[in-house]
Amino acid sequence: MIARILATTRTEIHIARRNRWVLIAVLLMVVFSLVLSAAGSAPTGALGADRLSVVVASLTSLSVYLVPLVALLMSFDAVAGEVERGTLPLLLTYPVARWQILTGKLLAHTAILILAIGAGYVAAAGIAIATDPAAVSGLGALWRLTWTSVLLGATFLGIGYALSSLSRRVSGAAGVAIGVWLGFVVLYDLGLLAAIVADDGGFFTTHIFPAALLANPADAFRLFNLTAADASGAASGVGGAALAIPLWQSLTSILVWPLLSLGLAAWAFRKVEP
Amino acid sequence: MTSTLTISQLTKSFGGVSALSEVSLGLSPGERVALLGHNGAGKSTLMKIILGLVAPTGGEISVCGAAPGHPSVRAQVAYLPENVAFHPALTGLEQTSYYMRLRGLNPSGAMAMLDRVGLAGAAKRRIGTYSKGMRQRVGLAQALIGHPSLLILDEPTSGLDPVSRRDFYELLDGLAATGASILLSSHALTEVEARTDRLLILSGGRMVAEGTLADLRRKAALPVVMHVTPRNGYDLMADLPGATRSNGGVQITCAQEEKLANLARIVALNDKVADLEVIPPSLEDIYSHFSRRDGQ
Repeated sequence: MIARILATTRTEIHIARRNRWVLIAVLLMVVFSLVLSAAGSAPTGALGADRLSVVVASLTSLSVYLVPLVALLMSFDAVAGEVERGTLPLLLTYPVARWQILTGKLLAHTAILILAIGAGYVAAAGIAIATDPAAVSGLGALWRLTWTSVLLGATFLGIGYALSSLSRRVSGAAGVAIGVWLGFVVLYDLGLLAAIVADDGGFFTTHIFPAALLANPADAFRLFNLTAADASGAASGVGGAALAIPLWQSLTSILVWPLLSLGLAAWAFRKVEP
Repeated sequence: MTSTLTISQLTKSFGGVSALSEVSLGLSPGERVALLGHNGAGKSTLMKIILGLVAPTGGEISVCGAAPGHPSVRAQVAYLPENVAFHPALTGLEQTSYYMRLRGLNPSGAMAMLDRVGLAGAAKRRIGTYSKGMRQRVGLAQALIGHPSLLILDEPTSGLDPVSRRDFYELLDGLAATGASILLSSHALTEVEARTDRLLILSGGRMVAEGTLADLRRKAALPVVMHVTPRNGYDLMADLPGATRSNGGVQITCAQEEKLANLARIVALNDKVADLEVIPPSLEDIYSHFSRRDGQ
Protein backbone atom coordinates (compact mmCIF):
# COMPACT_ATOMS: atom_id res chain seq x y z
CA MET A 1 0.00 0.00 0.00
CA ILE A 2 2.74 2.43 1.02
CA ALA A 3 4.76 1.43 -2.04
CA ARG A 4 1.82 2.25 -4.32
CA ILE A 5 1.36 5.68 -2.71
CA LEU A 6 5.07 6.42 -3.01
CA ALA A 7 5.03 5.30 -6.66
CA THR A 8 2.65 8.17 -7.43
CA THR A 9 4.69 10.55 -5.28
CA ARG A 10 7.84 9.68 -7.17
CA THR A 11 6.16 10.19 -10.55
CA GLU A 12 4.65 13.51 -9.50
CA ILE A 13 8.05 14.75 -8.35
CA HIS A 14 9.52 13.80 -11.74
CA ILE A 15 6.75 15.77 -13.44
CA ALA A 16 7.10 18.80 -11.16
CA ARG A 17 10.84 18.87 -11.72
CA ARG A 18 10.48 18.66 -15.50
CA ASN A 19 7.77 21.31 -15.53
CA ARG A 20 10.07 23.58 -13.50
CA TRP A 21 7.52 23.78 -10.69
CA VAL A 22 10.14 22.92 -8.10
CA LEU A 23 12.42 25.65 -9.40
CA ILE A 24 9.63 28.21 -9.69
CA ALA A 25 8.31 27.53 -6.18
CA VAL A 26 11.75 27.68 -4.58
CA LEU A 27 12.82 30.81 -6.46
CA LEU A 28 9.54 32.56 -5.67
CA MET A 29 9.88 31.91 -1.95
CA VAL A 30 13.61 32.69 -1.76
CA VAL A 31 13.45 35.94 -3.74
CA PHE A 32 10.47 37.33 -1.84
CA SER A 33 11.87 36.23 1.52
CA LEU A 34 15.19 37.94 0.81
CA VAL A 35 13.48 41.12 -0.32
CA LEU A 36 11.36 41.17 2.82
CA SER A 37 14.31 40.35 5.02
CA ALA A 38 16.23 43.28 3.60
CA ALA A 39 13.28 45.65 3.71
CA GLY A 40 12.19 44.52 7.17
CA SER A 41 15.37 45.61 8.88
CA ALA A 42 14.31 49.21 9.39
CA PRO A 43 11.78 48.97 12.26
CA THR A 44 13.95 46.78 14.51
CA GLY A 45 15.02 49.49 16.90
CA ALA A 46 11.61 51.05 17.23
CA LEU A 47 9.93 47.78 18.27
CA GLY A 48 12.66 46.47 20.55
CA ALA A 49 12.31 42.99 19.13
CA ASP A 50 15.14 40.87 17.81
CA ARG A 51 15.66 41.07 14.12
CA LEU A 52 14.52 37.56 13.24
CA SER A 53 11.17 38.03 15.01
CA VAL A 54 10.54 41.08 12.87
CA VAL A 55 11.51 39.12 9.78
CA VAL A 56 9.12 36.34 10.84
CA ALA A 57 6.30 38.87 11.11
CA SER A 58 7.07 40.07 7.60
CA LEU A 59 7.37 36.49 6.30
CA THR A 60 3.96 35.72 7.82
CA SER A 61 2.35 38.44 5.74
CA LEU A 62 4.23 37.20 2.69
CA SER A 63 3.37 33.55 3.18
CA VAL A 64 -0.33 34.31 3.57
CA TYR A 65 -0.26 35.30 -0.10
CA LEU A 66 2.48 33.12 -1.58
CA VAL A 67 1.95 29.72 0.04
CA PRO A 68 -1.73 29.39 -1.02
CA LEU A 69 -0.80 30.65 -4.49
CA VAL A 70 2.00 28.13 -4.99
CA ALA A 71 -0.17 25.33 -3.55
CA LEU A 72 -3.08 26.13 -5.87
CA LEU A 73 -0.78 26.44 -8.89
CA MET A 74 0.61 22.98 -8.22
CA SER A 75 -2.73 21.30 -7.53
CA PHE A 76 -5.28 22.73 -9.96
CA ASP A 77 -4.03 20.39 -12.71
CA ALA A 78 -3.91 17.27 -10.51
CA VAL A 79 -7.21 15.65 -11.55
CA ALA A 80 -8.49 17.86 -14.39
CA GLY A 81 -5.14 17.42 -16.15
CA GLU A 82 -5.42 13.62 -15.97
CA VAL A 83 -8.99 13.80 -17.26
CA GLU A 84 -8.09 16.14 -20.11
CA ARG A 85 -4.98 14.23 -21.18
CA GLY A 86 -6.98 11.00 -21.05
CA THR A 87 -4.60 9.33 -18.60
CA LEU A 88 -7.14 8.85 -15.80
CA PRO A 89 -9.14 5.85 -17.13
CA LEU A 90 -5.99 3.76 -17.54
CA LEU A 91 -4.67 4.79 -14.12
CA LEU A 92 -7.95 3.82 -12.46
CA THR A 93 -7.81 0.30 -13.93
CA TYR A 94 -4.62 -0.30 -11.95
CA PRO A 95 -4.87 -1.99 -8.55
CA VAL A 96 -4.57 1.29 -6.68
CA ALA A 97 -7.31 3.08 -4.72
CA ARG A 98 -8.25 6.63 -5.56
CA TRP A 99 -7.28 7.88 -2.14
CA GLN A 100 -3.85 6.32 -2.66
CA ILE A 101 -3.40 8.26 -5.90
CA LEU A 102 -4.46 11.49 -4.21
CA THR A 103 -2.24 10.85 -1.19
CA GLY A 104 0.69 10.19 -3.49
CA LYS A 105 0.17 13.51 -5.24
CA LEU A 106 -0.27 15.26 -1.89
CA LEU A 107 3.02 13.91 -0.57
CA ALA A 108 4.88 15.05 -3.68
CA HIS A 109 3.38 18.53 -3.70
CA THR A 110 3.85 18.92 0.06
CA ALA A 111 7.49 17.91 -0.27
CA ILE A 112 8.00 20.59 -2.92
CA LEU A 113 6.23 23.15 -0.73
CA ILE A 114 8.43 22.21 2.24
CA LEU A 115 11.50 22.62 0.06
CA ALA A 116 10.36 26.03 -1.19
CA ILE A 117 9.24 27.29 2.21
CA GLY A 118 12.40 25.95 3.86
CA ALA A 119 14.67 27.55 1.26
CA GLY A 120 12.93 30.91 1.57
CA TYR A 121 12.84 30.98 5.35
CA VAL A 122 16.39 29.72 5.81
CA ALA A 123 17.67 32.38 3.42
CA ALA A 124 15.81 35.13 5.29
CA ALA A 125 16.84 33.81 8.71
CA GLY A 126 20.42 33.42 7.58
CA ILE A 127 20.67 37.10 6.70
CA ALA A 128 18.93 38.16 9.91
CA ILE A 129 21.23 36.07 12.13
CA ALA A 130 24.35 37.08 10.18
CA THR A 131 23.68 40.76 10.78
CA ASP A 132 22.29 40.45 14.32
CA PRO A 133 23.53 37.51 16.45
CA ALA A 134 20.75 38.20 18.99
CA ALA A 135 18.29 37.18 16.31
CA VAL A 136 18.84 33.54 17.31
CA SER A 137 16.13 34.05 19.94
CA GLY A 138 13.63 34.36 17.10
CA LEU A 139 14.24 30.80 15.83
CA GLY A 140 11.25 29.48 17.78
CA ALA A 141 8.96 31.86 15.93
CA LEU A 142 10.54 30.85 12.62
CA TRP A 143 9.94 27.15 13.34
CA ARG A 144 6.31 27.89 14.23
CA LEU A 145 5.93 29.83 10.99
CA THR A 146 7.45 26.94 9.02
CA TRP A 147 5.12 24.18 10.16
CA THR A 148 2.03 26.36 10.03
CA SER A 149 3.03 27.39 6.48
CA VAL A 150 3.17 23.71 5.51
CA LEU A 151 -0.29 23.14 7.00
CA LEU A 152 -1.58 26.22 5.18
CA GLY A 153 -0.09 24.82 1.97
CA ALA A 154 -1.70 21.41 2.56
CA THR A 155 -5.06 23.15 3.05
CA PHE A 156 -4.80 24.87 -0.31
CA LEU A 157 -3.47 21.74 -2.01
CA GLY A 158 -6.64 19.99 -0.84
CA ILE A 159 -8.80 22.86 -2.09
CA GLY A 160 -6.91 22.71 -5.40
CA TYR A 161 -7.50 18.94 -5.78
CA ALA A 162 -11.17 19.36 -4.93
CA LEU A 163 -11.79 22.07 -7.51
CA SER A 164 -9.66 20.17 -10.02
CA SER A 165 -11.92 17.14 -9.56
CA LEU A 166 -15.10 19.18 -9.75
CA SER A 167 -14.25 21.34 -12.76
CA ARG A 168 -13.08 18.50 -15.11
CA ARG A 169 -11.26 20.94 -17.42
CA VAL A 170 -7.81 22.35 -16.82
CA SER A 171 -8.72 25.84 -18.02
CA GLY A 172 -11.78 25.88 -15.77
CA ALA A 173 -9.79 24.61 -12.81
CA ALA A 174 -7.13 27.30 -13.36
CA GLY A 175 -9.74 30.03 -13.40
CA VAL A 176 -11.44 28.76 -10.28
CA ALA A 177 -8.06 28.41 -8.54
CA ILE A 178 -7.24 32.06 -9.15
CA GLY A 179 -10.72 32.99 -7.96
CA VAL A 180 -10.32 30.92 -4.79
CA TRP A 181 -6.96 32.51 -4.08
CA LEU A 182 -8.26 36.04 -4.59
CA GLY A 183 -11.31 35.26 -2.48
CA PHE A 184 -9.48 33.73 0.48
CA VAL A 185 -6.44 35.99 0.76
CA VAL A 186 -7.57 39.33 -0.68
CA LEU A 187 -11.30 39.88 -1.03
CA TYR A 188 -12.26 38.13 2.21
CA ASP A 189 -10.14 40.52 4.29
CA LEU A 190 -11.25 43.53 2.32
CA GLY A 191 -14.86 42.55 2.92
CA LEU A 192 -14.24 42.09 6.64
CA LEU A 193 -12.49 45.45 6.91
CA ALA A 194 -15.30 47.18 5.08
CA ALA A 195 -17.82 45.54 7.40
CA ILE A 196 -15.89 46.60 10.49
CA VAL A 197 -15.73 50.17 9.30
CA ALA A 198 -19.44 50.18 8.56
CA ASP A 199 -20.29 48.42 11.83
CA ASP A 200 -18.26 50.85 13.94
CA GLY A 201 -17.65 48.59 16.94
CA GLY A 202 -21.04 46.93 17.03
CA PHE A 203 -22.18 43.29 17.17
CA PHE A 204 -20.36 42.34 13.97
CA THR A 205 -16.99 43.52 15.23
CA THR A 206 -17.26 41.82 18.60
CA HIS A 207 -18.94 38.55 17.64
CA ILE A 208 -18.98 37.74 13.95
CA PHE A 209 -15.59 39.17 13.01
CA PRO A 210 -13.46 36.83 15.21
CA ALA A 211 -15.36 33.78 13.96
CA ALA A 212 -15.03 34.99 10.38
CA LEU A 213 -11.25 35.27 10.80
CA LEU A 214 -11.04 31.74 12.20
CA ALA A 215 -13.17 30.39 9.36
CA ASN A 216 -10.59 31.49 6.77
CA PRO A 217 -7.45 29.31 6.82
CA ALA A 218 -5.24 32.16 5.62
CA ASP A 219 -6.50 34.52 8.34
CA ALA A 220 -6.19 31.84 11.01
CA PHE A 221 -2.59 31.25 9.92
CA ARG A 222 -1.72 34.94 10.15
CA LEU A 223 -3.55 35.33 13.41
CA PHE A 224 -1.81 32.36 15.02
CA ASN A 225 1.68 33.40 14.03
CA LEU A 226 1.27 37.03 14.98
CA THR A 227 -0.46 36.27 18.27
CA ALA A 228 2.05 33.61 19.24
CA ALA A 229 4.99 35.87 18.47
CA ASP A 230 3.21 38.79 20.05
CA ALA A 231 4.41 40.65 17.01
CA SER A 232 1.15 42.18 15.95
CA GLY A 233 2.75 45.59 16.27
CA ALA A 234 4.79 44.79 13.21
CA ALA A 235 1.74 43.75 11.27
CA SER A 236 -0.98 45.88 9.93
CA GLY A 237 -4.56 45.44 8.79
CA VAL A 238 -6.70 42.50 9.78
CA GLY A 239 -3.90 40.70 11.61
CA GLY A 240 -3.48 43.54 14.02
CA ALA A 241 -7.19 44.02 14.52
CA ALA A 242 -8.05 40.81 16.31
CA LEU A 243 -5.77 40.20 19.25
CA ALA A 244 -8.71 39.22 21.37
CA ILE A 245 -8.87 35.75 19.78
CA PRO A 246 -7.19 33.09 21.96
CA LEU A 247 -4.25 31.21 20.52
CA TRP A 248 -5.88 27.76 20.80
CA GLN A 249 -8.72 28.84 18.58
CA SER A 250 -6.52 29.90 15.68
CA LEU A 251 -4.38 26.79 16.23
CA THR A 252 -7.48 24.60 15.98
CA SER A 253 -8.47 26.28 12.73
CA ILE A 254 -4.96 25.70 11.32
CA LEU A 255 -5.09 22.01 12.27
CA VAL A 256 -8.66 21.34 11.16
CA TRP A 257 -8.52 23.05 7.77
CA PRO A 258 -6.11 20.60 6.09
CA LEU A 259 -8.31 17.68 7.19
CA LEU A 260 -11.39 19.46 5.92
CA SER A 261 -9.96 20.41 2.54
CA LEU A 262 -8.33 17.02 1.95
CA GLY A 263 -11.56 15.29 2.93
CA LEU A 264 -13.35 17.48 0.41
CA ALA A 265 -10.73 16.58 -2.20
CA ALA A 266 -11.13 12.84 -1.57
CA TRP A 267 -14.92 13.16 -1.82
CA ALA A 268 -14.72 15.16 -5.06
CA PHE A 269 -12.20 12.76 -6.61
CA ARG A 270 -14.41 9.77 -5.79
CA LYS A 271 -17.19 11.39 -7.77
CA VAL A 272 -15.12 11.74 -10.95
CA GLU A 273 -16.34 9.24 -13.56
CA PRO A 274 -13.63 8.54 -16.13
CA MET B 1 -11.70 -24.44 -16.33
CA THR B 2 -13.85 -21.51 -15.24
CA SER B 3 -14.32 -18.67 -17.65
CA THR B 4 -12.36 -15.45 -17.24
CA LEU B 5 -15.23 -13.24 -18.20
CA THR B 6 -18.97 -13.83 -18.12
CA ILE B 7 -21.48 -11.23 -19.22
CA SER B 8 -25.19 -11.82 -19.45
CA GLN B 9 -27.96 -9.50 -20.59
CA LEU B 10 -25.79 -6.44 -20.02
CA THR B 11 -27.51 -3.11 -20.58
CA LYS B 12 -26.18 0.42 -20.34
CA SER B 13 -27.92 3.67 -21.07
CA PHE B 14 -26.61 7.20 -20.72
CA GLY B 15 -29.40 9.56 -19.74
CA GLY B 16 -32.07 7.51 -21.49
CA VAL B 17 -29.96 6.88 -24.60
CA SER B 18 -29.19 3.20 -24.91
CA ALA B 19 -25.50 2.41 -25.46
CA LEU B 20 -25.66 -1.36 -24.92
CA SER B 21 -28.67 -3.61 -24.85
CA GLU B 22 -28.78 -7.22 -23.69
CA VAL B 23 -25.20 -8.07 -24.54
CA SER B 24 -24.03 -11.52 -23.45
CA LEU B 25 -20.63 -13.10 -23.91
CA GLY B 26 -18.11 -15.36 -22.26
CA LEU B 27 -14.35 -15.59 -22.49
CA SER B 28 -12.33 -18.68 -21.58
CA PRO B 29 -8.69 -18.70 -20.50
CA GLY B 30 -6.36 -18.52 -23.48
CA GLU B 31 -9.09 -17.37 -25.83
CA ARG B 32 -8.55 -14.47 -28.21
CA VAL B 33 -11.74 -12.67 -29.14
CA ALA B 34 -12.15 -9.68 -31.44
CA LEU B 35 -14.89 -7.15 -30.88
CA LEU B 36 -15.89 -5.41 -34.08
CA GLY B 37 -18.19 -2.51 -34.72
CA HIS B 38 -18.52 0.98 -36.10
CA ASN B 39 -17.64 4.06 -34.11
CA GLY B 40 -20.33 4.40 -31.47
CA ALA B 41 -21.35 0.74 -31.68
CA GLY B 42 -20.66 0.38 -27.95
CA LYS B 43 -17.24 -1.31 -28.01
CA SER B 44 -15.49 1.14 -25.69
CA THR B 45 -18.47 1.31 -23.35
CA LEU B 46 -18.53 -2.48 -23.06
CA MET B 47 -14.81 -2.46 -22.29
CA LYS B 48 -15.17 0.25 -19.66
CA ILE B 49 -17.91 -1.74 -17.96
CA ILE B 50 -15.70 -4.84 -17.91
CA LEU B 51 -12.95 -2.72 -16.35
CA GLY B 52 -15.28 -1.32 -13.70
CA LEU B 53 -14.81 2.26 -14.93
CA VAL B 54 -18.47 2.58 -15.89
CA ALA B 55 -21.36 1.00 -14.00
CA PRO B 56 -23.86 -0.99 -16.07
CA THR B 57 -27.55 -0.11 -15.98
CA GLY B 58 -28.62 -3.76 -15.89
CA GLY B 59 -27.46 -7.31 -16.41
CA GLU B 60 -24.79 -9.42 -14.79
CA ILE B 61 -21.05 -9.40 -15.19
CA SER B 62 -18.29 -11.36 -13.55
CA VAL B 63 -14.58 -10.80 -14.23
CA CYS B 64 -12.06 -13.35 -12.91
CA GLY B 65 -14.75 -14.54 -10.51
CA ALA B 66 -15.58 -11.18 -8.95
CA ALA B 67 -17.32 -7.88 -9.69
CA PRO B 68 -15.62 -5.60 -12.23
CA GLY B 69 -13.31 -3.01 -10.69
CA HIS B 70 -12.78 -5.02 -7.50
CA PRO B 71 -9.15 -4.61 -6.32
CA SER B 72 -8.46 -8.34 -6.72
CA VAL B 73 -9.82 -8.14 -10.28
CA ARG B 74 -7.83 -5.03 -11.18
CA ALA B 75 -4.67 -6.88 -10.19
CA GLN B 76 -5.39 -9.45 -12.92
CA VAL B 77 -6.75 -7.26 -15.70
CA ALA B 78 -4.73 -5.11 -18.10
CA TYR B 79 -6.17 -2.37 -20.27
CA LEU B 80 -5.01 -0.51 -23.32
CA PRO B 81 -7.33 2.42 -23.98
CA GLU B 82 -8.13 3.77 -27.41
CA ASN B 83 -5.72 6.65 -28.17
CA VAL B 84 -3.67 5.86 -25.08
CA ALA B 85 -2.10 8.95 -23.49
CA PHE B 86 0.63 9.58 -20.95
CA HIS B 87 2.09 12.60 -19.23
CA PRO B 88 4.36 14.20 -21.86
CA ALA B 89 6.97 15.21 -19.27
CA LEU B 90 7.75 11.62 -18.25
CA THR B 91 10.11 9.34 -20.12
CA GLY B 92 8.92 5.98 -21.40
CA LEU B 93 11.05 4.30 -18.76
CA GLU B 94 9.67 6.41 -15.89
CA GLN B 95 6.10 5.83 -17.03
CA THR B 96 6.59 2.07 -17.31
CA SER B 97 8.39 1.94 -13.95
CA TYR B 98 5.46 3.78 -12.39
CA TYR B 99 2.98 1.25 -13.74
CA MET B 100 5.14 -1.63 -12.52
CA ARG B 101 5.25 -0.14 -9.03
CA LEU B 102 1.47 0.29 -9.07
CA ARG B 103 1.22 -3.44 -9.79
CA GLY B 104 3.52 -4.09 -6.85
CA LEU B 105 6.42 -5.22 -9.02
CA ASN B 106 10.09 -4.35 -9.00
CA PRO B 107 10.56 -1.61 -11.65
CA SER B 108 13.97 -2.96 -12.62
CA GLY B 109 12.15 -4.97 -15.28
CA ALA B 110 10.79 -1.83 -16.96
CA MET B 111 13.55 -1.68 -19.56
CA ALA B 112 12.89 -5.30 -20.53
CA MET B 113 9.19 -4.50 -20.95
CA LEU B 114 10.02 -1.62 -23.29
CA ASP B 115 12.46 -3.82 -25.15
CA ARG B 116 9.67 -6.35 -25.80
CA VAL B 117 7.78 -3.68 -27.74
CA GLY B 118 10.90 -2.35 -29.45
CA LEU B 119 11.20 0.88 -27.49
CA ALA B 120 14.42 0.29 -25.57
CA GLY B 121 16.26 2.87 -27.68
CA ALA B 122 13.81 5.64 -26.82
CA ALA B 123 13.18 4.62 -23.21
CA LYS B 124 14.96 7.63 -21.74
CA ARG B 125 13.30 10.20 -23.97
CA ARG B 126 10.22 12.12 -22.90
CA ILE B 127 6.92 10.70 -24.11
CA GLY B 128 6.10 14.19 -25.38
CA THR B 129 8.65 13.61 -28.16
CA TYR B 130 7.20 10.21 -29.16
CA SER B 131 5.22 9.51 -32.33
CA LYS B 132 1.71 8.08 -32.08
CA GLY B 133 3.01 4.60 -32.83
CA MET B 134 5.60 4.87 -30.07
CA ARG B 135 2.99 5.98 -27.54
CA GLN B 136 0.90 3.02 -28.60
CA ARG B 137 3.86 0.75 -27.85
CA VAL B 138 4.24 2.23 -24.37
CA GLY B 139 0.55 1.41 -23.99
CA LEU B 140 1.20 -2.17 -25.08
CA ALA B 141 4.18 -2.47 -22.75
CA GLN B 142 2.09 -1.42 -19.75
CA ALA B 143 -0.62 -3.90 -20.73
CA LEU B 144 1.92 -6.73 -20.63
CA ILE B 145 3.06 -5.95 -17.07
CA GLY B 146 2.62 -8.73 -14.53
CA HIS B 147 1.13 -11.55 -16.65
CA PRO B 148 -2.51 -10.43 -16.61
CA SER B 149 -5.29 -13.05 -16.86
CA LEU B 150 -7.43 -10.79 -19.00
CA LEU B 151 -6.31 -8.15 -21.48
CA ILE B 152 -8.80 -5.55 -22.68
CA LEU B 153 -7.31 -3.84 -25.73
CA ASP B 154 -9.22 -1.01 -27.38
CA GLU B 155 -8.01 -0.72 -30.97
CA PRO B 156 -4.53 -1.84 -30.02
CA THR B 157 -2.97 -1.65 -33.46
CA SER B 158 -4.08 1.84 -34.45
CA GLY B 159 -1.02 3.88 -35.33
CA LEU B 160 1.20 0.81 -35.77
CA ASP B 161 2.88 0.00 -39.07
CA PRO B 162 2.28 -3.46 -40.61
CA VAL B 163 5.50 -4.94 -39.25
CA SER B 164 4.75 -3.70 -35.74
CA ARG B 165 1.25 -5.12 -36.03
CA ARG B 166 2.60 -8.53 -36.82
CA ASP B 167 5.01 -8.32 -33.88
CA PHE B 168 2.12 -7.23 -31.69
CA TYR B 169 -0.04 -10.18 -32.64
CA GLU B 170 2.88 -12.50 -31.99
CA LEU B 171 3.10 -11.07 -28.48
CA LEU B 172 -0.62 -11.74 -28.05
CA ASP B 173 -0.25 -15.32 -29.29
CA GLY B 174 2.44 -15.84 -26.67
CA LEU B 175 0.22 -14.45 -23.93
CA ALA B 176 -2.78 -16.53 -25.00
CA ALA B 177 -0.59 -19.63 -25.05
CA THR B 178 0.11 -19.09 -21.37
CA GLY B 179 -3.59 -18.87 -20.56
CA ALA B 180 -4.39 -15.15 -20.80
CA SER B 181 -7.77 -14.22 -22.27
CA ILE B 182 -7.72 -11.39 -24.75
CA LEU B 183 -10.58 -9.16 -25.82
CA LEU B 184 -9.57 -6.66 -28.48
CA SER B 185 -11.57 -4.27 -30.57
CA SER B 186 -10.97 -3.26 -34.12
CA HIS B 187 -12.57 -1.54 -37.08
CA ALA B 188 -11.03 -3.90 -39.55
CA LEU B 189 -12.12 -7.50 -39.91
CA THR B 190 -9.31 -8.18 -42.37
CA GLU B 191 -6.78 -7.48 -39.66
CA VAL B 192 -8.12 -9.67 -36.89
CA GLU B 193 -9.50 -12.66 -38.83
CA ALA B 194 -6.37 -14.78 -38.72
CA ARG B 195 -5.37 -13.61 -35.29
CA THR B 196 -8.35 -14.38 -33.13
CA ASP B 197 -10.36 -17.45 -32.18
CA ARG B 198 -13.74 -15.81 -32.28
CA LEU B 199 -15.38 -12.65 -33.59
CA LEU B 200 -18.13 -10.56 -32.03
CA ILE B 201 -19.89 -7.85 -33.96
CA LEU B 202 -21.61 -5.04 -32.12
CA SER B 203 -23.97 -2.71 -33.88
CA GLY B 204 -26.00 0.01 -32.22
CA GLY B 205 -25.27 -1.49 -28.81
CA ARG B 206 -26.48 -4.99 -29.76
CA MET B 207 -24.49 -8.12 -30.36
CA VAL B 208 -25.49 -8.88 -33.95
CA ALA B 209 -23.13 -11.76 -34.66
CA GLU B 210 -20.80 -14.10 -32.84
CA GLY B 211 -18.62 -16.98 -33.91
CA THR B 212 -15.57 -17.97 -35.89
CA LEU B 213 -15.04 -16.43 -39.29
CA ALA B 214 -16.37 -19.65 -40.91
CA ASP B 215 -19.53 -19.41 -38.73
CA LEU B 216 -20.10 -15.82 -39.74
CA ARG B 217 -19.50 -16.60 -43.38
CA ARG B 218 -22.12 -19.34 -43.21
CA LYS B 219 -24.64 -17.23 -41.29
CA ALA B 220 -24.27 -14.30 -43.62
CA ALA B 221 -24.87 -16.60 -46.63
CA LEU B 222 -23.60 -13.98 -49.00
CA PRO B 223 -23.45 -14.97 -52.69
CA VAL B 224 -20.31 -16.37 -54.28
CA VAL B 225 -19.11 -14.91 -57.55
CA MET B 226 -17.50 -17.08 -60.24
CA HIS B 227 -15.68 -15.53 -63.13
CA VAL B 228 -15.26 -17.78 -66.16
CA THR B 229 -12.83 -16.89 -68.95
CA PRO B 230 -13.63 -18.72 -72.23
CA ARG B 231 -11.04 -20.33 -74.47
CA ASN B 232 -10.67 -18.86 -77.99
CA GLY B 233 -13.48 -16.36 -77.54
CA TYR B 234 -16.29 -18.89 -77.06
CA ASP B 235 -19.56 -17.37 -76.04
CA LEU B 236 -20.49 -19.11 -72.83
CA MET B 237 -23.76 -17.25 -72.28
CA ALA B 238 -25.79 -20.01 -73.91
CA ASP B 239 -24.07 -22.76 -71.91
CA LEU B 240 -24.43 -21.04 -68.56
CA PRO B 241 -27.95 -19.74 -68.05
CA GLY B 242 -28.21 -16.92 -65.54
CA ALA B 243 -24.68 -15.66 -66.19
CA THR B 244 -23.85 -12.07 -67.03
CA ARG B 245 -21.15 -10.70 -69.30
CA SER B 246 -18.17 -9.31 -67.54
CA ASN B 247 -14.63 -8.42 -68.39
CA GLY B 248 -14.20 -10.52 -71.51
CA GLY B 249 -15.90 -13.52 -69.89
CA VAL B 250 -19.02 -14.34 -67.95
CA GLN B 251 -19.84 -14.06 -64.30
CA ILE B 252 -22.12 -16.26 -62.22
CA THR B 253 -23.45 -15.05 -58.88
CA CYS B 254 -24.90 -17.84 -56.76
CA ALA B 255 -25.69 -18.82 -53.18
CA GLN B 256 -23.18 -20.82 -51.15
CA GLU B 257 -25.12 -24.06 -51.48
CA GLU B 258 -25.29 -23.77 -55.29
CA LYS B 259 -21.58 -23.28 -55.55
CA LEU B 260 -20.63 -26.92 -56.19
CA ALA B 261 -23.44 -27.47 -58.67
CA ASN B 262 -22.28 -24.45 -60.65
CA LEU B 263 -18.69 -25.59 -60.52
CA ALA B 264 -19.76 -28.94 -61.95
CA ARG B 265 -21.56 -27.17 -64.82
CA ILE B 266 -18.46 -25.17 -65.61
CA VAL B 267 -16.14 -28.16 -65.44
CA ALA B 268 -18.50 -30.02 -67.80
CA LEU B 269 -17.83 -27.34 -70.42
CA ASN B 270 -14.37 -28.85 -70.68
CA ASP B 271 -12.08 -27.15 -73.20
CA LYS B 272 -14.41 -24.23 -73.79
CA VAL B 273 -13.10 -22.81 -70.53
CA ALA B 274 -9.67 -21.25 -70.25
CA ASP B 275 -9.82 -20.20 -66.62
CA LEU B 276 -12.10 -20.08 -63.61
CA GLU B 277 -11.92 -17.83 -60.63
CA VAL B 278 -14.10 -18.28 -57.52
CA ILE B 279 -14.47 -15.10 -55.48
CA PRO B 280 -15.89 -15.67 -51.98
CA PRO B 281 -17.60 -12.77 -50.21
CA SER B 282 -14.88 -10.52 -48.82
CA LEU B 283 -14.41 -10.03 -45.11
CA GLU B 284 -15.58 -6.47 -45.46
CA ASP B 285 -18.77 -7.71 -47.17
CA ILE B 286 -19.48 -10.06 -44.26
CA TYR B 287 -18.75 -7.37 -41.71
CA SER B 288 -20.98 -4.86 -43.50
CA HIS B 289 -23.72 -7.45 -43.78
CA PHE B 290 -23.92 -7.83 -39.99
CA SER B 291 -23.09 -4.36 -38.81
CA ARG B 292 -25.48 -2.64 -41.19
CA ARG B 293 -28.42 -4.86 -40.44
CA ASP B 294 -29.50 -2.68 -37.54
CA GLY B 295 -30.79 0.28 -39.44
CA GLN B 296 -27.52 1.65 -40.76
